[in-house]
Amino acid sequence: MTRAPDTDAGLYRAVRLIRRFEERAVELVRSGDVVGGIHPYTGQEAIAAGVCAALREDDVITSTHRGHGHVLAKGADPGRVLAELAGRATGLNRGRGGSMHAADFGLGILGANAIVGANGAITAGAAWAARQEGGDRVAVSFFGDGAVNQGVLLEAFNLAALWRLPVLFVCENNGYATTLTVADGVAGTITGRGAAFGMPSVTVDGMDPRAVLGAAREAVDRARAGDGPSLVECVTYRFDAHHTWEHKARPRYRTEEEVRSGRERDPVVIQGARLADPERELVDAEVEAALADAVAFALGSPHPDPVGALDFLYATGMRARPGGGG
Amino acid sequence: MPWLSYQKALNRALGDELARDPAVFVLGEDVRVAVSTVTAGLFKRFGPDRVLDTPLSEQAFTGFATGAALSGRRPVIEFQIPALLYLAFEQIVNQAHKFSLMTGGQARVPVTYLVPGSGSKTGWAGQHSDHPYALFAHAGVKTVVPATPEDAYGLLTTAIRDDDPVVVFAPAAALTARVDVDFARLGPVPLGVGRVHREGGDVTVVAVGHLVHDALAVAEELAGDVSVEVFDPRTAYPFDWDGLAASVAKTGRLVVVDDSNRMCGLAAEVVATAAERFDLLAPPVRVTRPDGAVVPFAPALDRAVQPDRAQLAAAVLKALKH
Repeated sequence: MTRAPDTDAGLYRAVRLIRRFEERAVELVRSGDVVGGIHPYTGQEAIAAGVCAALREDDVITSTHRGHGHVLAKGADPGRVLAELAGRATGLNRGRGGSMHAADFGLGILGANAIVGANGAITAGAAWAARQEGGDRVAVSFFGDGAVNQGVLLEAFNLAALWRLPVLFVCENNGYATTLTVADGVAGTITGRGAAFGMPSVTVDGMDPRAVLGAAREAVDRARAGDGPSLVECVTYRFDAHHTWEHKARPRYRTEEEVRSGRERDPVVIQGARLADPERELVDAEVEAALADAVAFALGSPHPDPVGALDFLYATGMRARPGGGG
Repeated sequence: MPWLSYQKALNRALGDELARDPAVFVLGEDVRVAVSTVTAGLFKRFGPDRVLDTPLSEQAFTGFATGAALSGRRPVIEFQIPALLYLAFEQIVNQAHKFSLMTGGQARVPVTYLVPGSGSKTGWAGQHSDHPYALFAHAGVKTVVPATPEDAYGLLTTAIRDDDPVVVFAPAAALTARVDVDFARLGPVPLGVGRVHREGGDVTVVAVGHLVHDALAVAEELAGDVSVEVFDPRTAYPFDWDGLAASVAKTGRLVVVDDSNRMCGLAAEVVATAAERFDLLAPPVRVTRPDGAVVPFAPALDRAVQPDRAQLAAAVLKALKH
């Protein structure tokens, strides 16, 4: 797949692909083919699609533990992403990263990150380095509403604003930091966090790919022009569990009614309605075919050789002392 | 030949690497005016794009360095106080160190974390006196503790050129060490290659950083009775096990002095590996800070928890009794 184009059809393809990818991935968690479970992105697709459609291939992103959507929207091959989830040698990270660490440096994907808020500072450094190289590349940091309470992210806001770095901070406010509601976890407002550092900060409908694209484009233009970082809060809803373990643990933190009502504003439906029927069906069929190929590729790929479990531990190739006795 | 101090050696290595490689840059708190002196003159020489004064935001600027490194830069962060590493532990151990493996070899994170003034500075009390190199060695982060000015120059240079994260601990008590050295002969020193500072046949004393100088003093003091070999691994991780094996093969006895805490410290690892691998004539002995030590303020109390020369001399004699 190539990066999501910024047309209605392109946005639809992106949200549809991410949705179906996540649905297939959940099935593969249930069947045991994807180990460790996943954090499904269903419901939040408009954000990845809209933001990445505003980017060029040479722009960089960092992502979260709920990162498949960002990685796919930035152009990663679904087969290699799925192979990574399944722990195969052909995965994006050769089976060393899994769902929460998917990275494709060739596409400017500096990695999904499993520590909430940690990627904000990494993104600021990448943006600074991009500016030092010259040109007008930008860097995007995706994070959730839980991250806005992490000190390191607020420190990163300060660095980015102080040094006018070409960064777009994208908050995916899905209402819950795992199970904690925004009302119970966030004092003040999320955009207030950005405004405090002098960053243009807006809230958009995170269920509408067009709305996200519009806000992202403004922020990206500002960053490219040398006018510094922005914060875009995308209000969205997570259709599924925080993580697939919820299927077994069943923590109670939201009502069925709330979930049903949240699902009513479905980005796939919203964006699909902007296409004429034959066009949408063609995209659907194409996505299904691409995913069938992806599943076949992932499940047909070899498992990594345990002998190389600590390959890549050091970029210099240094080998660690073995741990076994004898 | 001119004198070179340890502190000036670090400054010289930074200046030489900044001049040699445009990807290198220095960042940290008060580096522009060089409060710690190791960055003296660098801002004037290289400007604000190469020497960045940061806000007091250890977590953010350490993560920032990772992002810059992922994008082709070679950051050197100066931490004025060793305990600041605790704040940035997540960014170093859980992010920078793990990126290469987690991305299946796509990422390089060539960041150097320079800590001038590690360990006791007598009177700096509980939160400014730790010497936490064992934590990084345990985590697998390359960890360097130079003892001499020429090694400080050479190891910092190598750390900056290394494609992995490297923490360079410059002990407070070593910063004033000076040697008579030919500047033209200063050069990179490889990581993981130890140095025998003094040859001996009766017992091997392992020490890093300023403790090497204590070990040499004790060796001199005991010279009439005991022939002490002083082995400095120079890097706590990777450790020069082969170099130590060669030394112990000669002496058959081992004493380790280490001013980090005893529990799971460097001395613990050296003694454990020696027990597994080496043919020792006597049980190994270690001299360390106590378990879990928090360095107390009053000078006499501070000194009471630091390994000293008398303890080391006693340990050497103990190893020889067998």
